[in-house]
Amino acid sequence: MARISVDTGRCIGSAQCVLAAPDVFDQDDDGFVTVLDDNPSGEAETAARTARGICPAQAITVHD
Amino acid sequence: MTTDDAAGLVPFMMRRPGAPFPPPEYSEFRDRPGLVKAALPSGETVWLVTRHEEVRAVLTDPRISSNPTHEGFPRPSRTVGAPSADDVPGWFVSLDPPDHNRFRKALIPEFTVRRIRSLRPAVEEIVDRAIDQMLAKGTTAELVEDFSLTVPSLVISSLLGVPKVDRDFFEEKTKVLVTLTSTDEERDKASEHLLRYINRLITIKSKRPGDDLISRLMKGGLLTPQELSGVSMLLLIAGHETTANNISLGVVTLLQQKQWIDDDRAIEELLRYHSVADLVALRVAIEDVEIGGQLVRAGEGIVPLVAGANHDPEMFERPHEFDPSRSATGHVAFGYGVHQCLGQNLVRLEMDVAYRGLFGRIPALEVAVPLEELQFKYDGVLFGLHALPVRW
Repeated sequence: MARISVDTGRCIGSAQCVLAAPDVFDQDDDGFVTVLDDNPSGEAETAARTARGICPAQAITVHD
Repeated sequence: MTTDDAAGLVPFMMRRPGAPFPPPEYSEFRDRPGLVKAALPSGETVWLVTRHEEVRAVLTDPRISSNPTHEGFPRPSRTVGAPSADDVPGWFVSLDPPDHNRFRKALIPEFTVRRIRSLRPAVEEIVDRAIDQMLAKGTTAELVEDFSLTVPSLVISSLLGVPKVDRDFFEEKTKVLVTLTSTDEERDKASEHLLRYINRLITIKSKRPGDDLISRLMKGGLLTPQELSGVSMLLLIAGHETTANNISLGVVTLLQQKQWIDDDRAIEELLRYHSVADLVALRVAIEDVEIGGQLVRAGEGIVPLVAGANHDPEMFERPHEFDPSRSATGHVAFGYGVHQCLGQNLVRLEMDVAYRGLFGRIPALEVAVPLEELQFKYDGVLFGLHALPVRW
């Protein structure tokens, strides 16, 4: 289990997190990131970590 | 590799008559400590960045700017790749945060995953029609002209609400803009024609709005009409030849490796492998900054080479092999940082629909000339193919 937080002020709406971890992240109508599951585990957690790594705006934090 | 002995400078850009890509010199650059100092044809010097980690660092560092009005911004030729937002209001790729933010905010609702998915049937129809026309002509085609340029051109035109009858005009003008061998006069003229046309289109849509991006942005009111014309032109150019090059190169690569046709994972690896927009991200340091142990002074130009980063063996094992079974996630084919390609999910969709259409409907599709005779684009800012003769 890992806690996920996002900095919407940094988000640029590239949606890479939505593609990498669709169970954890989504976009609101304006295109900015929203968190669907802020405490993912297993595969979803791994996917969330990938999303953190590829987010071009470095807007995702995984708190271990 | 040749170097200018007197100054120890590498001449840039690399020009070669054929494959492979990226330039073999990049691998040697990656092995050097620090960064590589290179001379542009203009005589200006720039720092080349070829390692994945450092390319990402350059593209996210607030001390490094995308604004070509700063002293020392790289200019491969007078105009290539980088008008400023002073020259063309709305040319937001040339703005740094916070000026950049308003444009990105206005545009991201148009490119969300949901919005792009909803475009699939429209893209399928465009692809199907392009294939119908190819098949109707016989058993051969020039795929770049007949398909790869046609599809993104129609997609971006329909997104913007540009009437289809005007698409030949756009193809011709954008080609002039992105070809390095165009003269400055030719480039200026093409750019003028495009802007004039788009301004007319905006005037028309202000009176009769449609279901298109231009009309919605106008309604949103975040951008002035003048900025909207710059934004429209930028989207049109950005969404056109880049996608076309990706489609064409992908056809060649997939035909060589047939087991990956119809495999979802292939798209990401194709993007990494070809890295068509190698030279698009030009930057300048606006403060002294250290990159990979190299001190870069304020006012010095930087060229982060995305093909270099995407073929960095530290990040991707056996980088010169096309291998969709690897996870190519983390490639920087669309750049990185706040300027990462806005239309990247549209490009993925277009590539996917294009390959499904081509290989699904024309199973006998093959390249009609020996691979070594293919004319690769080494004379442009974008890597691609000038022509791709095919038969079935």
